[in-house]
Amino acid sequence: MKAAIAFWAILAKDMRNYYLKPPNISWGIIFPVSWTLMFFLRSRGAPMDIKDLLPGVMAMSVLFGTTSMLAVTITFEKRHRSFERLLLAPIGLNLLMLAKTSGAITFGVINSAVPIVLASFLVDLSGTTWLTVLPAVLFIAMSSTFLGLFIAVSVSEVFEAQTFSNFFRFPMVFLCGLFLPLGDLPAVIRPLSYVLPLTYGNDLLRHAFLGAGVLNPAVSWVMLALFTALLFAMSIRNAKRSWIS
Amino acid sequence: MTSAVLDVRDLTKHYGDVVAVDGVSFRVGAGEIFGFLGPNGAGKTTTINALTGLVDPTGGEISVLGLAYPGHISEAQGHIGVVPDESNLYGEMDGFGNLCFCAALYGLPRRVREPRARELLDRFDLAEVGRRPFAAYSRGMKRKLTIAAALIHRPQILFLDEPTTGIDVASARQIRRLLGDLNADGVTIFLTTHYIEEAERLCHRIAFIVAGRIVRIDTKESLLAEADGSSSLLLALDGNLEEGARLLGESFPDIAIARNPEGNLLLTAADELELLPLLQRLNEGGVKVYEARIARPSLEDVFVRVTGIEAREMKAAEGRGRG
Repeated sequence: MKAAIAFWAILAKDMRNYYLKPPNISWGIIFPVSWTLMFFLRSRGAPMDIKDLLPGVMAMSVLFGTTSMLAVTITFEKRHRSFERLLLAPIGLNLLMLAKTSGAITFGVINSAVPIVLASFLVDLSGTTWLTVLPAVLFIAMSSTFLGLFIAVSVSEVFEAQTFSNFFRFPMVFLCGLFLPLGDLPAVIRPLSYVLPLTYGNDLLRHAFLGAGVLNPAVSWVMLALFTALLFAMSIRNAKRSWIS
Repeated sequence: MTSAVLDVRDLTKHYGDVVAVDGVSFRVGAGEIFGFLGPNGAGKTTTINALTGLVDPTGGEISVLGLAYPGHISEAQGHIGVVPDESNLYGEMDGFGNLCFCAALYGLPRRVREPRARELLDRFDLAEVGRRPFAAYSRGMKRKLTIAAALIHRPQILFLDEPTTGIDVASARQIRRLLGDLNADGVTIFLTTHYIEEAERLCHRIAFIVAGRIVRIDTKESLLAEADGSSSLLLALDGNLEEGARLLGESFPDIAIARNPEGNLLLTAADELELLPLLQRLNEGGVKVYEARIARPSLEDVFVRVTGIEAREMKAAEGRGRG
């Protein structure tokens, strides 16, 4: 019970202090709208397949929404030493990290709903396998958040967190099949796509919305679960080394 | 000493080649105020961080309230309060919100934490600014709220790292008074400071730490007794210090005479100084005395003597080791 109170307090504080601030909410709306608009302008008036774009825009919204905030907020709290308060709480590092990442995961899941709502006004989404969409979004949010956590543990300055995040995020936009099919990538860099969790999450969303992906869904679920567990374990190990050293 | 609530044996912490804490051992009894006194960089903060779970020691054993580290560290953290050397609450949250959040970190339910937060705001004279963001507090107010936050879960041991550094005199005095009151309520206090006067006023026992090693550990009374063998007298004269010193020097050759930084004569003797003959001699020589005051031996005298000697010895030993 005590652990649950502490967990909820950290989650609620982060949501209130960071994630539900107007700049972040506007980011969650502006980002997918801008990308959709960019593709609309690129189509030069030709009919645009919104449904084909939707999985990529959703995956990217979750990726940027989760990693942008978590890495920065943890680095910010470490810098101002308020993070020490959390490390001194009698809850253990695993629970603390889960509490800190839950806000980002929740924010990522909410972000993913924005493109769906926008798309629902433009196309018919009745054939969508929603039972796949929700867990896929959750897994993308978790793996992206834990990537943000991995970054937060590895740096000590806020600007380093932002730079390091972009080092991972922008290549993922092009390497994970969000807007450029995996088959169109040069064979030399294609293996990189398969070591990035977003590739699997995006492919699951394509199965859910379009009924067609390039990977076996079972493989994608397993890979996403493995990436999520691995990134969390690595982050905890690095946190113990660098924060309680 | 009563039963030990804090037992540290051979605590060592290395950062690469740098030895921050070097085989430190001590025990703190229940209800004690234990002072850790040393210059900057002596290893005070590293020690306190190791005791509170923020630093993983390289070697040694730590037991808090009978709970051995690292196995029972989380359990022990539930019984300790920590005031770091910087006031590190959340700037965007108000005082009341910060206290409630800290209480929740220790698992206190809402019905308990809100009255407790109000009680502490009252006790620390912060009730009027309880709804003001922490970032808008003065340094003294920030310090007080940080101490209040460390007490929110009624810890048995309170660790304070330089609690009055960088704040105004009035706030520092209030904090010292509050710490005394807390100790009277039964809270064991572990205090690091480089203010000798603060340690002398507050602490029951004091450890001197230099270059990561404890060079002396004793009760305040025992440490002060070391300086009690001699007696000192401060004389404020009419300005003719040289003439006063000459008269006294000629008549009382066993008394050491010096000028102190405030411009008074400081007389020191191995035996007890008798005031009347001194005043008579000065009066005969036409030197007026405005004030005569017995100079109490201070902890500072002991600290300088002990740490100075030890620091030089350690430096020599280090040099020999390298050679």
